[in-house]
Amino acid sequence: MTQRQDVKSTVRDYILKEFLPGESPEALQDSTELITRGILDSLATLKLVSFIEERFNIALEPHETDADYLNTIDSIAALVESKTKR
Amino acid sequence: MNESHRLDLLLSRSAQQSPDNVAVEDPGRSSLSYAELRAVADTIAAALRKAGVREGDRVGICAPKSVGTVAAIFGILTAKAAYVPVDYSAPGERNSYIFNDCNVRAIVTTERLLASLFNGDGSFAVSDKVEIPRADDLDLIIATRVNPSKSEVSVPPGLAYILYTSGSTGKPKGVMHSHATALAFVDWCSQEFKPTAADRFSSHAPFHFDLSILDLYVPMQHGATIVLIGEERGKQPLQLAPLIATSRITIWYSTPSILRLLVEFGKMDRHDYSALRIVHYAGEVFPPKHQRALRKFWPHPRYYNLYGPTETNVCTFDVVTEVPPDDYKGPLPIGRVCSGDKTRVVDLDGRIAKLGTEGELQVTGGSVMLGYWNLPERNAIAFETDSDGVRWYKTGDVVIEDATGNFLFHGRRDRMVKRRGYRVELGEIEAALNRHPQISEAGVIAVPDAESGVLIKAFVAWNGEKAPSIVDLKGIAAAGLLAYMIPDRFAVLDRLPKTSTDKLDYQKLRELP
Repeated sequence: MTQRQDVKSTVRDYILKEFLPGESPEALQDSTELITRGILDSLATLKLVSFIEERFNIALEPHETDADYLNTIDSIAALVESKTKR
Repeated sequence: MNESHRLDLLLSRSAQQSPDNVAVEDPGRSSLSYAELRAVADTIAAALRKAGVREGDRVGICAPKSVGTVAAIFGILTAKAAYVPVDYSAPGERNSYIFNDCNVRAIVTTERLLASLFNGDGSFAVSDKVEIPRADDLDLIIATRVNPSKSEVSVPPGLAYILYTSGSTGKPKGVMHSHATALAFVDWCSQEFKPTAADRFSSHAPFHFDLSILDLYVPMQHGATIVLIGEERGKQPLQLAPLIATSRITIWYSTPSILRLLVEFGKMDRHDYSALRIVHYAGEVFPPKHQRALRKFWPHPRYYNLYGPTETNVCTFDVVTEVPPDDYKGPLPIGRVCSGDKTRVVDLDGRIAKLGTEGELQVTGGSVMLGYWNLPERNAIAFETDSDGVRWYKTGDVVIEDATGNFLFHGRRDRMVKRRGYRVELGEIEAALNRHPQISEAGVIAVPDAESGVLIKAFVAWNGEKAPSIVDLKGIAAAGLLAYMIPDRFAVLDRLPKTSTDKLDYQKLRELP
């Protein structure tokens, strides 16, 4: 598995477990809108940010913690990748 | 009404006495002195009058928080109209309903947000642009109704603003306050908190939330500064903690929810909060464990728990000197009556409850609302007139009064819950879900949750071919509801359980996983 796919599946598992208990994994696509379609509220977003920072050992800037960067699993994976490549 | 007792005159007086004091500051973006705020508000008032706005008309506000929206509020009040603020991030459908319900004559908004209202059907047209000194990036406009119709509803004299709250029938209801009912609360705040021109008040709550009444008008009365915390920053503890410190906020007011998030995610220990002298919270219960955690970072300010539904402004207050033990499970105090109001506690049989026994808290007095906009049946239920002709507002909150005149909060009588300090009628969520063509019936319950306080669970009967995923259902909810109303859990059932009288059986829903 490439690093990006690994990040995606880690993030997907976390969101399913924490915020969508009982949901089948296929329903949560890489392009599913997380914030604008009501899956992540503001508290859930903060928890997700904490999880990402800890799990991938990166630090997100305050401006990176909104829907511009976190609205899909795709964009989250791209953000994590941009932080770990340096 | 008393012409000298108006909210916009608070600004006028301070603009005369201390024209150069900073009235409103949006940190890192822009600010206006009292003289400037008065001038911009006058320009907006003149533009509204030119656009046909007359005394008693309603003017909507649909825009992010900025120095411009504060000027718009005072401009609308100066034009002797009432402002109707809405959550700009809410679905356009909900905001359009509100603006049509109270028949606003004009809206202060942006071009982009205007396009999201009324399905962009052109019922409002841009009549002016709002110019703000040193803030070129604010693109506020005034949009005016193209074919205004005279409202059939009689407007109470002195109407200052209408705040819409969640309604059990699925439609938000408009709580009407006058200049006088707001000032009854504002004047009490001035006596109790003794603000000075040096104070810097946080404005964390959005303007459609009643906490904003303290944030906006108490500083105005003293030539003090309003420090605006925009909706986006306000949700981000990592930005909020340094903002409170570097803006040297002296008086903070918010829901307990955001204080909890600050402690948990804000990396609070990095900053210096020595300017803080008062912390107010309101809107929901603040669990002792989280109060204690906050006091580790903020040991020095005075803490106030302010209580009151939107319908009453704030009607009781408690100076919180001692925090109960972490494992305390009993009712928490909401303090004693304030704002010049009177209270009584009425038991289930309609009699005045004895001290130490449960009953519904009822309120009368200067800070109580005029009524709900155009809902005569709701008004008839919400108020009760006693044999002396006194009109009492029935809060629906169950309390116990102790021997010293302090109230303890024991919960609700109906299907309203609090989420992040906001009122949520479970009926409004059901109504939004029921509007979807593939949902034949929806039932929503709230269950206590150790972590978040309350968990909202929705059960739906689906009549489509393929059962929806939870992701689908969250999306359906998000299309018609505010973010804090979206259920945490969804379950799809063949049909919902019914009682013997064919009503939705909420008891059975509670027993489902």
